[in-house]
Amino acid sequence: MEKFTVHTGVGVPLRRSNVDTDQIIPAVYLKRVTKSGFEDALFSAWRTSDPDFVLNRPAYKAGSVLVAGPDFGTGSSREHAVWALRDYGFKAVLSARFADIFRGNAGKQGLVAAQLDQDGIEQLWKLLEAEPGLEVTVDLVETQVRAGDLVAPFSIDAYTRWRLMEGLDDIGLTLRHEDEIAAFEARREAWRPLTLPAKHLPDAPVAPARPA
Amino acid sequence: MPTGTTLAEKVWNAHVVHPGQDGAPDLLYIDLHMVHEVTSPQAFEGLRLTGRRPRRPDLTIATEDHNTPTLNIDLPIADPTSRLQIDTLRNNAREFGIRLHSLGDADQGIVHVVGPQLGLTMPGLTVVCGDSHTSTHGAFGALAFGIGTSEVEHVLATQTLPLKRFKTMAVNVRGRLRDAVTAKDVILAVIAKIGTGGGQGYVLEYRGPAIEALSMEGRMTICNMSIEAGARAGMVAPDEATFAYLKGRPHAPAGRDWDEAVAYWRTLKTDADAVFDTEVDIDADALEPFVTWGTNPGQGLPLSASVPDPDEAASDEDRLAIAKALEYMDLAPGTPLKQVKVDTVFLGSCTNGRIEDLRAAAAVVGGRAKAQGVRMLVVPGSARVRIQAEKEGLDKVFKAFGAEWRNAGCSMCLGMNPDQLAPGERSASTSNRNFEGRQGKGGRTHLVSPLVAAATAIRGTLSSPLDL
Repeated sequence: MEKFTVHTGVGVPLRRSNVDTDQIIPAVYLKRVTKSGFEDALFSAWRTSDPDFVLNRPAYKAGSVLVAGPDFGTGSSREHAVWALRDYGFKAVLSARFADIFRGNAGKQGLVAAQLDQDGIEQLWKLLEAEPGLEVTVDLVETQVRAGDLVAPFSIDAYTRWRLMEGLDDIGLTLRHEDEIAAFEARREAWRPLTLPAKHLPDAPVAPARPA
Repeated sequence: MPTGTTLAEKVWNAHVVHPGQDGAPDLLYIDLHMVHEVTSPQAFEGLRLTGRRPRRPDLTIATEDHNTPTLNIDLPIADPTSRLQIDTLRNNAREFGIRLHSLGDADQGIVHVVGPQLGLTMPGLTVVCGDSHTSTHGAFGALAFGIGTSEVEHVLATQTLPLKRFKTMAVNVRGRLRDAVTAKDVILAVIAKIGTGGGQGYVLEYRGPAIEALSMEGRMTICNMSIEAGARAGMVAPDEATFAYLKGRPHAPAGRDWDEAVAYWRTLKTDADAVFDTEVDIDADALEPFVTWGTNPGQGLPLSASVPDPDEAASDEDRLAIAKALEYMDLAPGTPLKQVKVDTVFLGSCTNGRIEDLRAAAAVVGGRAKAQGVRMLVVPGSARVRIQAEKEGLDKVFKAFGAEWRNAGCSMCLGMNPDQLAPGERSASTSNRNFEGRQGKGGRTHLVSPLVAAATAIRGTLSSPLDL
């Protein structure tokens, strides 16, 4: 994972609350088996059907800092939502509230999910709408956002911040505790289930349904 | 000074491999990892790229569900991208030694229906899956939550997850549910009350007489939609109903293991002196069948209500949200919900695709005629549910009614397979999400219980069985 300290890029005001993961990336794009190349999928319904959608306006097209309404990333666990934002070029999303799974996924992929109070979001929206193409600085070292004359603090979980700044891989960190994992496994109770060897009810034929 | 612990804390504490210090997360052991084709390919690819192997294939199980067609399952999958994703899972399962239930297998189905029916889901486990509706398994008193693909890779490689402690919320459902009011109505009412973000950071524990009176299927329906309130997990303390459901299932403990397990499971309840971070009260006696009118699961109202008016919203933000939802849903403020006409009724999903749901709907539609022009899809949650339903003759009831009887899978809940709404089409759906385009681009979804779905298919407008 690349280290993240300070990023400056075009801010994109997304005046919507409850932007769910089906809006960020519709399910039809989840059929891919790769981990990159999702830029076309980002907000695809809005980008294809609404010419006034913010990313369809030239000044915001090159955006890398998304400023969204509260409850961003609600819904499914699809990490594709983070990949789509990342592949489009976003480095940070600012919102007053994030869905838990989205926030976790973002942290694992180097996308900063920075929590600002709604006042700060409103001020950023006004600035970015008054001057389309205005750049926003997301400073993870100082945990603050800067744009024009505005300086606003944001919050992010301290551990996630540390991992992002160090660019650390979670699995590598966990494997430092290999001995403790093995010791835990040695004391697990016998009643806890194993999936192998597989146990079943008696096999039964499944008739294929046919079109009416 | 209270010293008691909640159910969620008990399960958490029993799984800490390494306690986090100075703000670092706890490292938690994962008892059961369920896998499906959509959120796993990139995780397996990650293992391959780093030369890692799954640590515990014997704690891992995979099914095909999101992409699978519900017709002609014996023929090659027509959509090449769906076929590629299914083939990728099959190849990964073979390469990494993961148990997989493929299309056509009697144990294939939606991952959250398959786990419980095999007896793999038990009280006191930690259960994860790359799917937000993993919260379903909390109905057994397991701590079960959805994870992203990076975490899927993490669990495959280490059988653990670094996690920050969740806060706890009690959802007290007092009283008794009235006739035609179901678990689905309870959870839709809970979400309408606390909002789609109200549960963020929390594990919800559903408690009270109305919850205790529910079957395991009903508890699963409620826990399933915890995520729609923003919560990672929902739980119900295990009791005699839980043990009775589990006993004798293929993977349930047997003999001495069973006795030991049950003795432990009986300790899995919130202590009398434990304190929740938050409590919410719901009066079951006052509940009616609930339906959603908007584009998130929190935008719901009793079926007897009317479409809300944005001009009466409490804040500008709400006004905008309601107006946007009504525009998408093509609904006029003040329209009685019972006058909303639907084109399609979908009975199925990990929320309401279990045998009890099919029985309830079949009892309503039996001997009646479907409204003209309405299409009804019945998609069992798993192949076993389908087999059981056929044994009980429910397939004949649905077919005689004019419904389509399909094979198992996620189907129209999220439209990754050919079962989709056309643009502008309106559904009454027993699934869990009414997001814009969820069931097909431009499709409009009203979330309902199986009883409301069945009555709606008869009348053609959103209805309760009490309206028949």
